Amino acid sequence: MYRYDEFDRAFVEARVAQFRDQVERRLKGEITEDQFKPLRLQNGVYLQLHAYMLRVAIPYGTLSSRQLRMLAHIARTYDKGYGHFTTRQNIQFHWPALAEIPDALADLASVEMHALQTSGNCIRNISADHFAGAAADEVADPRPYAEILRQWSSAHPEFSFLPRKFKIAFTGAERDRAAIQTYDIGLHLKRNAEGELGFAVWVGGGQGRTPILAKKIRDFLPHEELLSYVTAIVRVYNLEGRRDNKWKARIKIMVHELGAAEFARLVEAEWENLKGGDLSLPQADIDAIEAYFAPPALPDRPEGDAAVRAARLDSRTFSDWLDRNVVTHRHPDYAAVTVSLKAIGETPGDISDAQMDAVADIAERYGFGEIRVSHEQNLVLPHVARADLPAVHDALVAQGLATSNIDLISDIIACPGLDYCSLANARSIPVAQQIALRFSSLERQREIGELKLNISGCINACGHHHVGHIGILGVEKKGGELYQVTLGGAADEHASLGEIVGRGFGPEEIVDAVETIVETYLSLRHDRAERFIDLYRRLGAAPFKEALYGAEARVA
Amino acid sequence: MKVLTANRLFDGEAVWLAADHSWAETLPAAHVAHDEADEERLAAHGKLSAARNEVVDVELIDVQLVDGAIVPLRLRERIRAAGPTVRGDLGKQARAVPALAAA
Ligand code: SF4
Repeated sequence: MYRYDEFDRAFVEARVAQFRDQVERRLKGEITEDQFKPLRLQNGVYLQLHAYMLRVAIPYGTLSSRQLRMLAHIARTYDKGYGHFTTRQNIQFHWPALAEIPDALADLASVEMHALQTSGNCIRNISADHFAGAAADEVADPRPYAEILRQWSSAHPEFSFLPRKFKIAFTGAERDRAAIQTYDIGLHLKRNAEGELGFAVWVGGGQGRTPILAKKIRDFLPHEELLSYVTAIVRVYNLEGRRDNKWKARIKIMVHELGAAEFARLVEAEWENLKGGDLSLPQADIDAIEAYFAPPALPDRPEGDAAVRAARLDSRTFSDWLDRNVVTHRHPDYAAVTVSLKAIGETPGDISDAQMDAVADIAERYGFGEIRVSHEQNLVLPHVARADLPAVHDALVAQGLATSNIDLISDIIACPGLDYCSLANARSIPVAQQIALRFSSLERQREIGELKLNISGCINACGHHHVGHIGILGVEKKGGELYQVTLGGAADEHASLGEIVGRGFGPEEIVDAVETIVETYLSLRHDRAERFIDLYRRLGAAPFKEALYGAEARVA
Repeated sequence: MKVLTANRLFDGEAVWLAADHSWAETLPAAHVAHDEADEERLAAHGKLSAARNEVVDVELIDVQLVDGAIVPLRLRERIRAAGPTVRGDLGKQARAVPALAAA
């Protein structure tokens, strides 16, 4: 796993000291709120409805047990005993006092963590496939490249005041688990016909008020040219992107208005001056970073097959969990385990300090001390011997972390919404909870099959509603909440944007509406192999509109 | 009818301006302005307090009286006054003398 070098350590420690001084001066009244606000945002500190909020970066969603224990300590010491994992693989604490945040940041720095690049118009914390380094279908681990970009972009003077925030995601597999087409830049690590490593480069994706999927502007970029090419993209954007209108300032608008071909032409022209130069990565540098990400030595554990077979026969709960929450590892004796943070009726992505400590212990004992955060707001133990799966399952059950619902309707992505967020128009969490409770039977959920339901509390779309198979957007109407439903979105390699199905639903109607949609799907699908999204692509919105609004449309 | 609300600078706690010009931690203690002159007095005091670095994000919000209790018109402000609707154990609603429920 990557460990800070001396430069990183000194840099982060200097930032903590600087911010401590800034907070002290603010509390003494030596600087005004207008002066202080951009400073606190640069350190991940927002002001929300009830209190300040601290957002801590988790680069490419990778954590060690030691770091997760520190997050538990932060939750216990400076917050109210829990944290919230976000769709950007970060964690948020909802209740810290401003006066204590410098202490929290100092504690975080002791385990090489910080809150940099979690706010502001800079290159934000970079995300990656949560199964990176473990997935059986992966070409290569993309995280060393994410780390190279992180080092390059941290406090980079040219790119610290971009027209708007800038988000980059990586995948190392054909199957996109990192939603790269929804990013400003999405990078897909692959091999060409000659077996060389490189990237397909996607640009101009984004959600929010104007959702647009990224366009592929280059099918194969030699991997050593990653920095030169990304620099060319960001430079073109920095020079030509709009700064006059916040809603038009993201790169997606520029790519959309210019067209992908013209945008690519500008980038290639800029790149001509950069490629092969100082920004080309020497193989030795790539190797040095890659060494940090070297997977743990995985001893053969062939007894796993028998252990899993016996446990399957022994326990239906284990068997269900194995089918839903455990995926194939590149080493046949191992598996990657998804730890569900979506217990029925709980807040999606929330985790208590005790649960964090427990996951850290389980990871240490059975998973080489490695944990990942998924953008679907779950945790992952990327390397677990199959022989240890029964023990891991039991340990997770004891913590309420073994709900067998990954990719099912109760595995809901939900932003904090109006229960916490000062930008929200409506609540997200209670809607997620009520839907999960309505479909609480796991048997019924399995019968429905893969169904991604995403909820955002406002048009900023932190809850990824545009790319949910079923998306729910909360809006404010006449002082109350109203929920708009979109259908047909997807965030994988076949990404699509959901379409609004019709008028919105009140808080008392939305769960019924979701059930109607699900029942309509069940009544029309060919068989279980036809997932909700497949059926929507075959039949479109018409049957759902009829089921939701038919009677009312006929009356009108 | 309006009350003046803000967040306390040092810890971010949601607060409301009381009749004695102190910042109260719960909404029922807020002073309700019934006319424009009163609202202006509240706003002026808020500005002063922000300038003294006691609070941030000062705002006059619309309220109504329901059976004598102050109830903000917007759900957002009702949730600020109570706490997260999904965590009854947190926020003002969790105090010994509970604030009003949000929803
Ligand atoms: S989508 Fe809106 S309500 Fe939800 S977290 Fe983002 S800004 Fe807040």
